[in-house]
Amino acid sequence: MNALYVADGAPPSLPGITDAPPTLDWWLLAPILVVFGAGVLAVLFEAFMPKKVLRPVQITVAAVALLVTFVLIVLQVEAVGDGVIVAGGVLAMDRVVLFLQGTIAVLALISLMLIAERRDGRDAFSAQAATVPGSEEERRHILAGSQHTEVYPLVLFAVLGMLLFPAANDFLTMFIALEVMSLPLYLLCGLARRRRLFSQEAAVKYFLLGAFSSAFFLFGIALVYGYAGSVNFTAIRQAVDAGGAEIFADGNGEPLLIMGIGLVAIGLLFKVGAVPFHNWKPDVYQGAPTPITALMASCTLVAAFGALLRVFFVPFGGSVAIWEPMLWTVAILTMVAAAVIAVTQRDIKRLLAYSSVVHAGFILTAVIASSTEGLAGAMFYLAAYGFTTLGAFAIVTLVRTRDGGQELGDLEGWAGLGRRAPGLALALSLFLLAFAGIPLTSGFIGKFAVFEAAIAAGATPLVVVGVISSAVTAYFYVRIIVVMFFRESEGEGPTVARAGALTGGVITVGVAATLALGIFPGPVLDNLLPDSEAGQEPAAVMVHQVTEE
Amino acid sequence: MAVTRHHAYLAAEPAATAADSVVLSNAWLLIALPLVGAAILLLGGRRTNAWGPLLATVLPVVSFVWAVLALFDLLGRGADARSVSVPVYEWFAVGDFSAKIDLLVDPLSITFVLLITFVGSLIHVYSLGYMAEDPGKRRFFAYLNLFVAAMLVLVLADNFVLLFLGWEGVGLASYLLIGFWQYKPTAATAAKKAFLINRVGDMGLLIAIMIMFTALGAVSFSDVFAAVPGANDGVLLAIGLLLLLGACGKSAQLPLQAWLLDAMEGPTPVSALIHAATMVTAGVYLIVRAGPIFEAAPVAQLTVMTVGAATMLAGGIIASAKDDIKKSLAGSTMSQIGMMVLAAGLGPIGYAAAIAHLVTHGFFKAGLFLGAGSVMHGMNDDVNMRKYGGLASKMPITFATFGLGYLAIIGFPLLSGWWTKESIISATFGLGGNLGLVFGSLVILGAALTAFYMSRMVFMTFLGKKRWDEGVHPHESPVSMTAPMLALSIGSIALGGFLVAGDRFAAFLQPVTGAELPHFTVGHAFASPYGIAAMVVLVLGVAAAWAIYLRKPVERTAPKGNLVTDTARNELYGNEINEGLFMRPGQVLTKALVVIEDKVIDGAVNGIGAGVRDSSTGLGKTQTGFARTYALTMLIGAVIVAATLAVRF
Repeated sequence: MNALYVADGAPPSLPGITDAPPTLDWWLLAPILVVFGAGVLAVLFEAFMPKKVLRPVQITVAAVALLVTFVLIVLQVEAVGDGVIVAGGVLAMDRVVLFLQGTIAVLALISLMLIAERRDGRDAFSAQAATVPGSEEERRHILAGSQHTEVYPLVLFAVLGMLLFPAANDFLTMFIALEVMSLPLYLLCGLARRRRLFSQEAAVKYFLLGAFSSAFFLFGIALVYGYAGSVNFTAIRQAVDAGGAEIFADGNGEPLLIMGIGLVAIGLLFKVGAVPFHNWKPDVYQGAPTPITALMASCTLVAAFGALLRVFFVPFGGSVAIWEPMLWTVAILTMVAAAVIAVTQRDIKRLLAYSSVVHAGFILTAVIASSTEGLAGAMFYLAAYGFTTLGAFAIVTLVRTRDGGQELGDLEGWAGLGRRAPGLALALSLFLLAFAGIPLTSGFIGKFAVFEAAIAAGATPLVVVGVISSAVTAYFYVRIIVVMFFRESEGEGPTVARAGALTGGVITVGVAATLALGIFPGPVLDNLLPDSEAGQEPAAVMVHQVTEE
Repeated sequence: MAVTRHHAYLAAEPAATAADSVVLSNAWLLIALPLVGAAILLLGGRRTNAWGPLLATVLPVVSFVWAVLALFDLLGRGADARSVSVPVYEWFAVGDFSAKIDLLVDPLSITFVLLITFVGSLIHVYSLGYMAEDPGKRRFFAYLNLFVAAMLVLVLADNFVLLFLGWEGVGLASYLLIGFWQYKPTAATAAKKAFLINRVGDMGLLIAIMIMFTALGAVSFSDVFAAVPGANDGVLLAIGLLLLLGACGKSAQLPLQAWLLDAMEGPTPVSALIHAATMVTAGVYLIVRAGPIFEAAPVAQLTVMTVGAATMLAGGIIASAKDDIKKSLAGSTMSQIGMMVLAAGLGPIGYAAAIAHLVTHGFFKAGLFLGAGSVMHGMNDDVNMRKYGGLASKMPITFATFGLGYLAIIGFPLLSGWWTKESIISATFGLGGNLGLVFGSLVILGAALTAFYMSRMVFMTFLGKKRWDEGVHPHESPVSMTAPMLALSIGSIALGGFLVAGDRFAAFLQPVTGAELPHFTVGHAFASPYGIAAMVVLVLGVAAAWAIYLRKPVERTAPKGNLVTDTARNELYGNEINEGLFMRPGQVLTKALVVIEDKVIDGAVNGIGAGVRDSSTGLGKTQTGFARTYALTMLIGAVIVAATLAVRF
């Protein structure tokens, strides 16, 4: 039975705050538990299994866990119905969450293909991360063929955090999910096999700035708790609608709420990489091993936006007037500044990082719309962008320098790629056109959906900025196509590594998804996303009501 | 005259859906088959050389069979349920906006589909023989398939935007096929000319669609026509005139007629299919389809009639003077389409007559072109009729089929052309008043010209003395070429009577065109004053041609002309007018614009570009690589957040 809260009535007692042990719905928790269990199992394997068989076992465990998780998520669509709150009120399961979790599971599985790919018997990770770069010891480990199979449990834990992040129904759970997601990523970023110092520098920066942003987030939680008397989203929403906790009966607690919203927002905006909280992105994307960059660019973005959507729509959904001008400012800054900076980037990974920042700005316009239409648009955008960006990074792993065979980031070196590897260049062109939002690609539908929602919500100036920014971004996307197809390579040009089955698979899936979601988006738009209606409050489709036994 | 007016579009109930019919709900196959053929031949490259042309020939035949099934499906429905909307593809629907492709199968569109696929199939068969030795055979068949697909999109579209897509598609196919032998400078120039002149017309159509979208808020046929009664007169007039401009470009009507004669540089099957039977009639289709708009804008209607009449006469005069058999036929096409446009301008009374003439004309004119191709095939590709003569005995089948087409087009009683031409004459006089009298007389004058130039062509080609060049050995063409000619000649004989007698076709079209049933009867046509007049001018026209081109021997070089014949030979100086009025001023304008482009626009664009680049470099400096700077940026961000949280909208 659903106990609808009544704005002017006394808040009902909330589960999770009582002394009674919470009832756990194991079936609904299963997807998360499978990933968690697999992660723990993988750690045990790491400790007790012989090194020789470890790699295939770890890959199998991770792949099976993600696959099972995805299947479980699909199977739960019927069970959650209009949404239920589980595990004593800390997790919300509804179709929005399931869509995001399903997307994360699929994208993580595809990223895993890139992570597991080996070239000449070596993957993208350092032989022994603890050794000093360039030292004799490092050389010994390389010759011995050492490898870090810890990568796989780390990925599983990161994915665990990502699955929890958008599902969290209270701020503490959300904070824990944030940390569970971030800590393994900090480590993974520093594990690159080549340019190790660069990679380690990126990891440390990511960690420092991540910790900094977590501090903002945590302090924000404290202030919101002070205002609402609870960290539970349902309770916060009630408190916001009622004008604050009972001690603020006269409504003078609002400054606490405003500051809380601001600080929590900073934590989340850092994770999605909105300007001016974006500085980590180019450095980390460039320094991290490319398969990990792919994981971050796709899955982390989905998880972070999932959490951001829930926070702004559920607990703060009644305070739109407070955060709207702030998000307007951030969205405009993000769309304009990132697009402009990207114009002069010469490194493909940095360029894709700035591109990711611009896309975050576009998705923010859908958040500002604050309607189910915007929510659906943002969800479609995230899924579409995830597949496309995975394909793009998969291609980045294949283009290599002639001497030493490390990835060739410098775009000037990509001249003549269209002749050398026409299929690859065509695929990348498709991804770039999708980023630019050209019709018949998924990027167009996504962009159309978020802009349409923003216009319906009266944010036309924002969309004008977005379209101009799109035009600027089109310039540097198309410039890459021009370099690949219409410029002769100087000297011998880059070598193109033969795409293994795994990398080839990722590119194929990326192409297929980009085209399918661009040409036949109907099934996804109509069936998987919440029914969108302009002006309808998104909380209507995001469960936040208390389920009583 | 019993008058029944009924517009399916204006009726309250929406068009029927195709859900219950396998044939209709898969009407997209009609288009998809030839489109797939074009794709296979173009993408498959040389590998498809051996079987590609055959495949390309089979696909339109399958489309035709499908169209016949669709026709019977329609006939099995009540007259009011024959406008069937076929949803094909919904791209996406976001909020209230939906982007989708729907087809409309109704009596008008199915008529065109049948014409296009039937004549198209025959011409594919003919081309198997005609293009047998051409190295670019596969490419040729690919383009032909592309054309058929685009033309079907044009006529099956249920809205103006999709129609425009097909419109551009046929334009592209036409361009590619006129310039098919692109190594010939004349062919390349002709293709470019056709493309450029069509651009003018296309722009008219495009602007018309834009006005519809902004002023009427719709682009689909049903929504636009439903909005017509409440629309501003000026808007309707503008839309009507712009649609007419579009029609003029595609259908080679004055003042956009100059490309059609040059288009004869393309291979003859192309001239038969695209530049005689189907594509050039798209303008007539557009005017009939957009009938409700024209009916609400009488001035636009009068303009349509005037343009049609003027082109009819101009085309007839040009056809009478040209010695090139294909160009003479092209002039004739202009003239006949002018007649159809005139009829379409009459409103509901003329629609059925226009479309019926369009259909029969498609048959006999395609037959005539194929006949001309057959003659050229036997005469080493010479097109000059002054070097023909006496071919009847050498090419009996060609002569017979060409002769039937000839009798049909000049309106020999009871052959196809007679029925449809008499329908137009009768409909034009039926307009009543001075207007009916003037335009009716003009149509009869046009008929007289037709009789003259067609007789001239037959006399110079098949009768009289041999005037062949040395080394030319005329011979009958292979069966793959003569069989389509024979098939088309059946249409020349019987189709007109089948359609017009008993108002069969007019009644079939009525739900779409809202046509007033004309009650056309044979006796009426023979006995009425204008029926008699048409007979008299027919005889006079043939007699005049006989006196000049059969009684006296034809000279092998064109005799020195007088002012009138020179004007006609020079296509009424259409090219000179275009050059003087548009090309030279256009070139001056272009040069001026280039200067502006370089100095002003490029300057601005480069300025913006440089500005973005500079700010990019500047902003990029915030990316120092130091974590401390990044943390500071975040702190500044926090200040911004705090500041903007203090703001309320």
